[in-house]
Amino acid sequence: MRHDPPADVTIINYSEPQSLDPAIVTAQPDMRTVAGMFEGLTRPDPRTGRAIPGLAERWDVSPDGRIYTFHLRTNLVWSTGDPIRAEDVVYSLVRTLAPATASDYAGQLFCVKNAQAFNAGKTNAEAVGVAALDPFTVRVELNNPTVFFLDVCAMPLAAVVPRRSIEKFGDSWIAATPLPVSGAYELGVWRVNDKVRLKKNPRYWDAANTQSDTIDLLPIVSASSALNLYLRGQVDIVWDKELVPNELLDVLLKRPDFHTYSYLGTYFLRLNVTRKPFDDPRVRKALALAIDKQRIVNRVTRGGEQPASSFVPADTANYTSPEGLGYDPQRARQLLAEAGFPGGKNFPRMEYMFNAAAGGGRIHEEIAIELQQMWRDTLGVDIELRQLEMQVYLTEQDQLHYDLSRSSWIGDYNDANTFLNMFVTGDGNNRTGWSNARYDELIRKANSITDVQAREKLFQEAETILIHDELPIIPIFFYEGINYFDTNKIAGVYNNVVDLHPLNTIRKIHSANANGKNPPVAEFTNHESRITNY
Amino acid sequence: MYFLRRLAYMIPLLLIISAVTFLLVHLAPGGPFDKEHAPASPQIKHNLEAKYHLDEPIWKQYLRYVGNLAHGDFGPSLKYRDHSVTDIVRQALPVSMLLGWLAFGFAMGVGLPVGFITALRRGRWQDHIGSILTLLAVCIPGLVVAPILVLVFTIKWRLLPVALWESPFHGILPTVALGLYFAGKIARLFREGMLNTMQMEFVTAARAKGLGENSLLLRHAVRLAVLPVVSYSGPMLADLMTGSFVIEMIFQIPGLGGFFINSALNHDYTMTVGLAVLYATLLIVLNLLVDVAYMMLDPRVKYE
Repeated sequence: MRHDPPADVTIINYSEPQSLDPAIVTAQPDMRTVAGMFEGLTRPDPRTGRAIPGLAERWDVSPDGRIYTFHLRTNLVWSTGDPIRAEDVVYSLVRTLAPATASDYAGQLFCVKNAQAFNAGKTNAEAVGVAALDPFTVRVELNNPTVFFLDVCAMPLAAVVPRRSIEKFGDSWIAATPLPVSGAYELGVWRVNDKVRLKKNPRYWDAANTQSDTIDLLPIVSASSALNLYLRGQVDIVWDKELVPNELLDVLLKRPDFHTYSYLGTYFLRLNVTRKPFDDPRVRKALALAIDKQRIVNRVTRGGEQPASSFVPADTANYTSPEGLGYDPQRARQLLAEAGFPGGKNFPRMEYMFNAAAGGGRIHEEIAIELQQMWRDTLGVDIELRQLEMQVYLTEQDQLHYDLSRSSWIGDYNDANTFLNMFVTGDGNNRTGWSNARYDELIRKANSITDVQAREKLFQEAETILIHDELPIIPIFFYEGINYFDTNKIAGVYNNVVDLHPLNTIRKIHSANANGKNPPVAEFTNHESRITNY
Repeated sequence: MYFLRRLAYMIPLLLIISAVTFLLVHLAPGGPFDKEHAPASPQIKHNLEAKYHLDEPIWKQYLRYVGNLAHGDFGPSLKYRDHSVTDIVRQALPVSMLLGWLAFGFAMGVGLPVGFITALRRGRWQDHIGSILTLLAVCIPGLVVAPILVLVFTIKWRLLPVALWESPFHGILPTVALGLYFAGKIARLFREGMLNTMQMEFVTAARAKGLGENSLLLRHAVRLAVLPVVSYSGPMLADLMTGSFVIEMIFQIPGLGGFFINSALNHDYTMTVGLAVLYATLLIVLNLLVDVAYMMLDPRVKYE
């Protein structure tokens, strides 16, 4: 048992970090931690989540939108005191792409020239379109103008990491001491399943605005333990939706310290269009029209989620989704009859596949039961339920060994592309067997231009095919995030649509007033979030 | 000689255990690198598999694994990629062992006296109450006991911390929750042991020779009566020291127990096999120690 002096702020961060290596992290809790330690050319604005200057203080974009020239701040140093230079940025981006790094998210950088070929071992690192022009200038050449590239630069996978440590310690470099960091916080303590303690990096370029000296992030996945610790005042912030006991949701959401906010995530169903009768769009539409999505959010999820008729969430920047299919049992029955299954007659035995919910919850199961009921009542179709453990479910989905499958998608950045690009032919996240040449063409075109309105039009046309005409997927609802903390005690947690909460703005209010270090926060109005009472 | 031979058997036994586990985890459907958010190209997954040699034939992977094992290297964790399996075990095992010993102490400290008293007062009210309590302790799982303890001692009375692993106070509830079952088990075993021993001829003979009841019970009978408890202690300690999934989850204890379940669910192959080998080693060593203790306690036992 090791008892550390209490941290300025203690946060329950959900699961134990799978990694704190920026190139490797994929889980949301891990990213929240890593983003505090390593920074890239840009960083997310704590209020909006959009990219703002990070290690680069400004940048120029070529008229065709393909060449970004970043100008680094000249006062950048690692937490160990060594300077951070353009070469470090180049090294870090190339490292994420290197096959030996085996980064899951390397694909986010495939917009960079020759990045994909390098990741596949087909060319060398020098060919990648990233170069240091001088110690303070980085030039990045892209394949296509990529309007969300600055948002990609703010993701951990593009953060600047210490070359010398990595080359010296290999895969265990994060655990080596000292660990040079480029961000606001150094890694103080990391004990597996116990805690991550971050302590302020005084050499960070923006250290003057780092609000807390120490922050503890506790890996707790049990909702009841999290709630108990919070109610006993042992933790200040609990910020993962899985950490709200589902049975108590209705009561807890009435409290002023429970905050809900929409973020870019969609709960949807995949249909395997390579299997009969799901190869017929009329059948897919019939299944969609028979679902009363409002009932699902009212009865099962109960966190203020909005029913989804489109796939791209409503709050996505520069984009408004076209109208998809609503709840229309009459038309559902009609379409099914047209497809040759009047009243569900002769409809083959089909299975709905879902996984056990994280944290031991039953939400996917409850939704599955609702869906089964609706399809039976409205269409006369009997769908069997099949629950699988997570890794098996993912493999079955990937190999198209399913009929219908529960799915979800959380946007990586605030752009419609993160949702629509996955359904182009053969994409690893398509997983429906669906392919549509017109759709592919529209997405390709949209990603080759920078004009915001023209791009929106192309995406809208594409999404219309996806959610109105063809339906290889059925959107169910848009995710709603929940976190809990007392706004009278904690400041600097802003809820935004990308669910990013940079650590350096977070502080306890009373301790700050007591030592006069920080001015009291004039207001905590949060435009991006809705603090709702249901 | 006997013990050396037993130790020598350990090596082929562990090889078999590791081979079977290795094969089983690799045969199970699903892989460690499947994610809801699939990589942008199949090449990325290939890079991952190449890094951890999962693209090799399984026999080759196993030989590589055993080769590393011979150097005490359990390989990298596939789920917790900054850590090696050894690294995680080194951090988590001491926590589980500490809690395990505490629970063992609790189980012995409560179980032995209760067993002793219920045996001596056989058929009387002390026996009935004790037996009901030990039965309850054995029947109610930790999954139920732990939340009740939390509810009563931390939420209602606010006497103890809710969870986490920080001060000695944080250890109290987990110790009780983890040890209660074993306390009940030991009480029952010891009661049986005492009752059986008290009926043996040597006890009657000793009484006839005029040996005092106290001396008879404590110096002679207990030594034999405790044998069932001793033989149960080996597997019990192996269980306790490797942690409990449920107790660690409820009290947020950074032990090893959770890894036994989660590594299998995550398809963290190296971790699953490593833990199986670790557990088997502990079990074998502890059983050996049990045999040593037998020999010391019971003069009739000799190993050839």
